[in-house]
Amino acid sequence: MKKVYKLEDLDCANCAAKMERSVAKIDGVRSVSISFMAQRMAIEADDDRFEEVMDEVVRRCRKVEPDCRIIR
Amino acid sequence: MKKSTLSGRQKRNLVRIILSLAAFAVIFVVDKTVGLGGVIPGKANWILPFLLYLAVYLAIGYDVLWRAVRNIAHGQVFDENFLMCIATIGAFALAIYRGVSGMEIEGFDEACAVLLFYQVGEFFQDYAAGKSRKSISALMDIRPDYANLLSGDTAEKVDPSEVKKGDVIRVNPGEKVPLDGVVVKGASALDTRALTGESLPREVKEGDAVISGSVNTSSQLDIRVEKEFYDSTVSKILELVENASEQKSKAENFITKFAKYYTPTVVIVALLLAVIPGAVTGGWSTWIYRALSFLVVSCPCALVISIPLSFFAGIGAASRYGILVKGSNYLEKFNKADTFVFDKTGTLTKGNFAVAEVLPAENRENILRLAAIAERDSSHPIAKSICESYKGDTDCGYTLTNIAGEGVLAEKQGSSICCGNERLMARLNVGFTPHPGVGTVVYVAENGVFAGSILIRDEIKDEAPSALKSLAGMGCRTVMLTGDNAAVAGAVAAELNVTDYKAELLPQNKVDEVEKLLAAEEKGRVLCFVGDGINDAPVLMRSDIGIAMGGVGSDAAIEAADIVLMHDDLNCLPLSKKIARKTMAVVRENIVFSIVVKLAILVLSALGITNMWVAVFGDVGVAVIAILNAMRVNGKYAADKGAAGKKQR
Repeated sequence: MKKVYKLEDLDCANCAAKMERSVAKIDGVRSVSISFMAQRMAIEADDDRFEEVMDEVVRRCRKVEPDCRIIR
Repeated sequence: MKKSTLSGRQKRNLVRIILSLAAFAVIFVVDKTVGLGGVIPGKANWILPFLLYLAVYLAIGYDVLWRAVRNIAHGQVFDENFLMCIATIGAFALAIYRGVSGMEIEGFDEACAVLLFYQVGEFFQDYAAGKSRKSISALMDIRPDYANLLSGDTAEKVDPSEVKKGDVIRVNPGEKVPLDGVVVKGASALDTRALTGESLPREVKEGDAVISGSVNTSSQLDIRVEKEFYDSTVSKILELVENASEQKSKAENFITKFAKYYTPTVVIVALLLAVIPGAVTGGWSTWIYRALSFLVVSCPCALVISIPLSFFAGIGAASRYGILVKGSNYLEKFNKADTFVFDKTGTLTKGNFAVAEVLPAENRENILRLAAIAERDSSHPIAKSICESYKGDTDCGYTLTNIAGEGVLAEKQGSSICCGNERLMARLNVGFTPHPGVGTVVYVAENGVFAGSILIRDEIKDEAPSALKSLAGMGCRTVMLTGDNAAVAGAVAAELNVTDYKAELLPQNKVDEVEKLLAAEEKGRVLCFVGDGINDAPVLMRSDIGIAMGGVGSDAAIEAADIVLMHDDLNCLPLSKKIARKTMAVVRENIVFSIVVKLAILVLSALGITNMWVAVFGDVGVAVIAILNAMRVNGKYAADKGAAGKKQR
């Protein structure tokens, strides 16, 4: 399943790249693309545990850039 | 206008930066002229300048300090906030050390300035990114906010996504059509400018299809919904625009990868620089100072932001001309595009048949009148084009007989008109003069006597010759593919001066032809296919870059294409190429400029030739220059505006 999320207060381009790398390593994530300019994250993950994966995504993103919120 | 582009947070930040800069300037000038060191005599003379600069430092940098503490708690060692804090606190520490050990007081100003200018740079980046986003969000105006769902006679405002297929919605004058559908009641004019750039309103009446995103201008319409919201044109376009930056270009991937290694490398070198030469020579403070300068330059944000910003500006500039690019990778690739394959009908030509020539010309009106009488009931496009070209009355009481594959016979009390192809003329024994032109010829005879012939041809688009000429001028090869016969194809090809053409192709042959061209092209070459989106989705997908024209009519094309031209205007092609070229030039400049300046400053600071002031320039100055350069992409391409610009108005 592929979903696109809006990212609020994503203020730093390098953080976006860091977040993208960190999220890509999560087990169950097939592909992820974070666009700093569009403030959006497109993520493709296994259907059956999408929510679980998203919880981990939120955790990892918060670690890199605590100000940035993923609008779920 | 200028004020509204700043958010509340940005305004507060700007005020803080200006106040801090002013305070810093006052302290700096007083310190350099009068000397703050002498105010408190004796050993503690460093304390006053230290406290003053520290106050400014805390005012401007408390948030950076806070983020640094928070992020290091999360294990983000190479966090830019953290590195900036180390650099500045280190510089303060060095300055205090100098003060305590009785050396000349200096270094406080540097420590404070680094953070101050860092914040200036951050503000500027934020502002530039926000401004660039705004340029694309103008397109988002096509999003409908509600639909008036009709149940019985009452209309209820609902979210467009709640409306089901088959429901009837009411669109009042001034409202946007929220979903694709068919008019069931009313007649009005629709403004489709936001979608197609076409400034002439489109007249619609009962039974006509309407597309979402157009604005109802004159009177109320009831529309039966044909597609649910997620499937309607406006959603497709919005999705395309919103996902535009998802497909990343090679340049973007390169720069994020570079950043990934750049920061750790610089930090490690800084660490080594602080420890090893210090231990060897014993000149600790010199080497620590140089290492701190390294940390100031270690932030890769300038690089990382300027590249997507350039692409985003390019995509934004293109969208202002009604050119939707699906991702920065396509903009990057399009710059290298050198073969343009065109579908003929509907792309190079208008796709509507029109009377091109009537022979003999002096009897034009009469021949057209006769033909229009005979053809008035037919729904064939050729018959329609004849009826359109004759303005007079055609209902003269003739009985019409359709002769399949040959034409039409019209009879009234002994008089007759026959109108059809050569076969019909031959069968009725009418002596006719064959028309010399290329196209479809309709012969007309009245009462068994040959009256004349009408040449009907698909018209070449007005802008096609100039657009293809500009492409050729850019060194591009042009190939035309068509299902038409060789004679028609040859005539159009000659008129447009295309490099090559292939005629008599069935739709599936077009894919084969494109495959052949793809196989024949050298590595690094890029082939674009340009089509009107009808029946050519497979070719659009197969080519390196698929370009759909007037794409709003066809969802399949919007999905299959990589670039969608919302105006049905070929001049958008050379225009897109100009934009792609400028974008890539700026991207290259930014990559080379930032990396070269940063590396140069690293080397010079390691050698002790430059100081921390220059390092600040290496961080903030480079970012500002790269961003200003990126913003150039979003400029006007007025020289190329041509028809596209005129239409947009």
